[in-house]
Amino acid sequence: MLKNDTHVGSPRSRVDGPAKVTGQATYAAEFTAPDLAHAYVVGSGIARGTITAIDATEAEAVPGVIKVFTHENRPGTAWFSYKYQDMVGPPGDPFRPLASDEIQFSDQPVALVVAESFDVARHAASLVRVCYEQQPHETDLSRARHDSYEPPRKRTGIAPPPKPRGDAVKAFGEAPVRVSAEYTIATEHHNPMEPHATTVIWDGGGKITVHDKTQGVQNSQAYVASVFGLSSDDVRVVSPYVGGGFGSGLRPQHQLFLAVMASLALERSVRLELTRQQMFSHVHRPETINVLSLGADRDGKLRSIQHQAVAATSRFEDHQEVVVNWSGLLYPAENVDLRYELAKLDTYSPGDMRAPGAPLGVFALESAMDELAIATGVDPVELRLRNYAERDENDDVPFSSKELRACYRQGAEQFGWSRRNPKPGSMREGRELIGWGMASGVWEANMMKTSARAVLGADGRLAISCATSDIGTGTYTILTQIAADALGLAMEDVTVELGDSSLPTSPVQGGSWTAASAGSAVMAACQTLRETLFKQAAKIDGSPLADAAIDDVAFSDGRIVLRTDAARSVLLADAVGAGGHDKVEAEEAAGPGLIGMMLPKSHASYTHAAVFVEVRIDEDLGVMRVTRVVNAVAAGRILNPKTARSQIIGGVVWGIGMAMHEETLTDHRLGRMMNHSLSEYHVPANADIQDIEVIFVEEHDDKTSPIGVKGLGEIGIVGTAAAIANAVHHATGKRIRSLPITIDKILAG
Amino acid sequence: MNRFSYHRASTVEDAIRALSAEPAARIIAGGTNLVDLMKYDVETPSTLVDVTRIEALKGIGETRGGGLRIGALVPNTTVAYDERVTERFPLLASAILAGATPQLRNAATTGGNLNQRTRCYYFNDKLTPCNKREPGSGCSAIGGLNRIHAILGASEHCIATHPSDMCVGLAALAAEIHIAGPAGERVIPFADYHRLPGDAPERDNTLQPGEMVVAVVLPEQAQAYAGHYSYLKLRDRLSYAFALVSVAAALEMEGGSIASARLALGGVAHKPWRRAEAEAALVGRPADEASFAVAADLLLEDALGHEHNAFKIDLARRAVIRALSQAAAGTPQSQTDKRIA
Amino acid sequence: MPVHAIVGTQTVPIDITLNGESRSLDVSPATTLLDLLRHDLALTGTKKGCDHGQCGACTVLIDGHRINSCLQLAVMQDGKEITTIEGLARDGALHPLQSAFIERDAFQCGYCTPGQICSGVALIEEGHAKSREEIREHMSGNICRCGAYPNIVDAIEDVLVQRGQFMKEAAE
Repeated sequence: MLKNDTHVGSPRSRVDGPAKVTGQATYAAEFTAPDLAHAYVVGSGIARGTITAIDATEAEAVPGVIKVFTHENRPGTAWFSYKYQDMVGPPGDPFRPLASDEIQFSDQPVALVVAESFDVARHAASLVRVCYEQQPHETDLSRARHDSYEPPRKRTGIAPPPKPRGDAVKAFGEAPVRVSAEYTIATEHHNPMEPHATTVIWDGGGKITVHDKTQGVQNSQAYVASVFGLSSDDVRVVSPYVGGGFGSGLRPQHQLFLAVMASLALERSVRLELTRQQMFSHVHRPETINVLSLGADRDGKLRSIQHQAVAATSRFEDHQEVVVNWSGLLYPAENVDLRYELAKLDTYSPGDMRAPGAPLGVFALESAMDELAIATGVDPVELRLRNYAERDENDDVPFSSKELRACYRQGAEQFGWSRRNPKPGSMREGRELIGWGMASGVWEANMMKTSARAVLGADGRLAISCATSDIGTGTYTILTQIAADALGLAMEDVTVELGDSSLPTSPVQGGSWTAASAGSAVMAACQTLRETLFKQAAKIDGSPLADAAIDDVAFSDGRIVLRTDAARSVLLADAVGAGGHDKVEAEEAAGPGLIGMMLPKSHASYTHAAVFVEVRIDEDLGVMRVTRVVNAVAAGRILNPKTARSQIIGGVVWGIGMAMHEETLTDHRLGRMMNHSLSEYHVPANADIQDIEVIFVEEHDDKTSPIGVKGLGEIGIVGTAAAIANAVHHATGKRIRSLPITIDKILAG
Repeated sequence: MNRFSYHRASTVEDAIRALSAEPAARIIAGGTNLVDLMKYDVETPSTLVDVTRIEALKGIGETRGGGLRIGALVPNTTVAYDERVTERFPLLASAILAGATPQLRNAATTGGNLNQRTRCYYFNDKLTPCNKREPGSGCSAIGGLNRIHAILGASEHCIATHPSDMCVGLAALAAEIHIAGPAGERVIPFADYHRLPGDAPERDNTLQPGEMVVAVVLPEQAQAYAGHYSYLKLRDRLSYAFALVSVAAALEMEGGSIASARLALGGVAHKPWRRAEAEAALVGRPADEASFAVAADLLLEDALGHEHNAFKIDLARRAVIRALSQAAAGTPQSQTDKRIA
Repeated sequence: MPVHAIVGTQTVPIDITLNGESRSLDVSPATTLLDLLRHDLALTGTKKGCDHGQCGACTVLIDGHRINSCLQLAVMQDGKEITTIEGLARDGALHPLQSAFIERDAFQCGYCTPGQICSGVALIEEGHAKSREEIREHMSGNICRCGAYPNIVDAIEDVLVQRGQFMKEAAE
């Protein structure tokens, strides 16, 4: 399996490329219907309180307005809170739009205007008058952290911190070298380029087709069915293209609820597209405060690791991430104490954002390791090698594979790390101080149970389908490669259909697990298809393969060929026909434990990376440029080096944004996020990004997934911000422990 | 976006008539700021007067005095790449290219750029108090989020900044603004065009009701600075961001000393910030860091920081010194090479 | 030119050339060019990323110039020639920059891509960018959240090199 592959492992252009470069790829807000109505959300101006009066008369009087929905007139939906739970949500009571007069966060939807045109809906929305009774709110984590708590109910799939090992406090006190500091990361918003949008097509008879911006069509489908009491046959969610997700599309967002509510009530098609400002009214990465203390011997060998984090959550849900566990995983120490707590704010619930938790905790850990390198005089790479974890001490299991050592070595060599003068401020060119910094990255390698269908037609064309999404990750392309190789076809002869809830079951696209999971499912379906095809081919009267076993044949160039005698072969089309039907079909599921894999807990599976960064900082003005990045990644088998490289580059760009730009600013008096635009919430622009080199370190892993894949969507971001902060210190001697590192912080130091 | 009437004006007179007829009528040309603000319901015009068809507002031409007249409708891009501008008034070209993006510069006009409004978070969010948007409602930035706000010339009613880069260049070049209105034409020196917030922050400039910008004139004398200038812009990312601080520096050199100087700051006040004392202090002085520091201190003499923006005072001082050094050396800051020379 | 005074929700007739085709349309004054394209003309290739000129996803070519269509009122486009992503391919053949985007993997989710390509096509015609550094600055009006920037620069560089517009010595 996957040996001598034509396509897998080779660079291939995206199969959805032609659709995307010609504008033919259709996103959630781009589906339409003759009876389409347009909806627009009215948001709350306060963070906490109650609506005392809401007056939509003026709005409803605007010609073209169909209806204004508020908490006073909105149709009934499911009563119980659990009905609003989705597949990946945290413990708590999910937000219910327009459910009552209660305001739980600023810009909370308080009304939905539905009109015949977008212009009219937008205009009428400005005429809805709302009066509030305000109650005191809290949006400031620096105050709320003092009321932090350990989440009583754990979020499924999120490992709580491991039990303490040894006595970290005592060992820290006795350690000859100690570093201890607080590290903070600002609130961030995903800001995918495509705003969240839902188009509900009213199919008649109570049936709807929903085009939702989501990373999980079946999650959206189940949510809609549950909340609105519909049969799952009556709701189909179809989202073939998603304009970026980064986690923001994992859970159903409120535009889905509102659009479906309006469509069902009005019995017509409805589209709701959030504005960019409204994109700041829902999911975000929680502001997180880390306190990290390392105690070590003079040679840098760690004795004690303490990492406590407090992360923001909403008042109604306990969103949880893995923030501190990385500190017990990346480096071994006999004394480890990791704690993770939450603090409640009057905001919408935070949610997963690219590598949730990891770049937050790892920023703290890898900054502290840099501080330890300086305190001990040990080179940062050498310090990490001296503290290399040979097994996962959190769970006391071996790694399925771990080539982090090679990442350090190859990354350092490519970067030219040996030419680094360790003295801060020692490297310069003209008025620019040059800083070289590095950090490690780590992320979970998971596989989730996923199904896929493979159908080979008599025309020799193979159709693959799976409900998973392609949010830009390259899923269409890698599945095409896997399927084409499995059946010996050209990629042009394979079509892949994704993002439709009626297709074989898949979890949400997240956690970097899609390539391993959907890829394995497609592989399994194709394997079954091969067996069926071979049997049918062997049964043909006078078949040249009559006496062969399946291991004796290869599938290539549209034929089943005897390996020992290429002249003996059967056309795939003939093999299809021999079954008496015009197609052969197979559907298979793949998942951990399903195909003879080891039980998950017997091994720990992680991807790793070593990130090396050069920054240049104007010594007088504090203007910083990231001029060079080398990211060496060990992530098992690389299915498509071209799209894989893009994934890592994207992660690095996110790391640069996290390090230098991204920060949602809240006015705590108003309880309102204020830089709710792409002009004031800065993400990197083209000019901010220079050379990014990606190295894929050879890594063999036969335990994480049947196809040797570990996943790439998240590892690129994880160590990048820390590497930049470390480079800033190397350039300037200033240790900046709160992200983003803006010009004012560099000047102040 | 509110309902409004649309009037396509054929002449300046026609536009002024339409503008004078309703207090809430607004001129639209490039649309890059007005349409933006209309979508936030910050601007709610009763009528949009489309002036883009008026020939008299187009084109760049020589003035009798040896200067250059830039019609109000000339797009920012056209100005930035016009050879007469790049040869005689390169500071202006550089300032324009430091701002916004190619797409926005293609649409944005010279007149519109003058009249663009602040990018204060609160001004753009109608659910928050803002004296500029809604007089008397209060200034949220004072005591709120004010990292991007003014350090000079602000008032207790408003600490917003003017966001333009082009205007900082025009301020340094002492351009003239040509105005047409119900009472005829008049010329406003650039320094008097924008105003400080005082107790009427809702007014950005000194245009009277019914008046409109018809042209900007670059005076002949400003050509003296073509050899020694720099526009240095510092911001939160390397492109497509408003200035935290920007400096337009222009020098006339005689041997090693400064014959005359122009200095304007952007991103720090309700208008591009100039101070005669700072420029005068450079005259006759050697072009060295000590002279530049004196000028920077004078320019920033009355600077006042708030909770988040006090860093701008020191940053502006450093930027002035650097921009003057660049100008003196004849090595203006590139707007594509992000390394600061 | 006749003076138009249009009140409230009345529509205004305009004539435009859209992707090479003459179109006579009636538009509401409050409709942006972007919404006209996406809602009324089913040309959804032009994307709405922010609707405020802060991202560049809506970039189209108006009389050959790249412009944010979200900030243009449709009613003001009378007489203009507008090219969208749907109009770049000719006779089924992709524009060289469209091909280069595929070859260089200059996109991931694809949502900013039409705007990037329209912007890049204009950049090539403008002729101001002759190095990677200049490409980066002149493409900074198009935000790509997937972070495909280095590949976008590669794709544009490829086309500039094909056209002999790229100064190799200026390259990093």
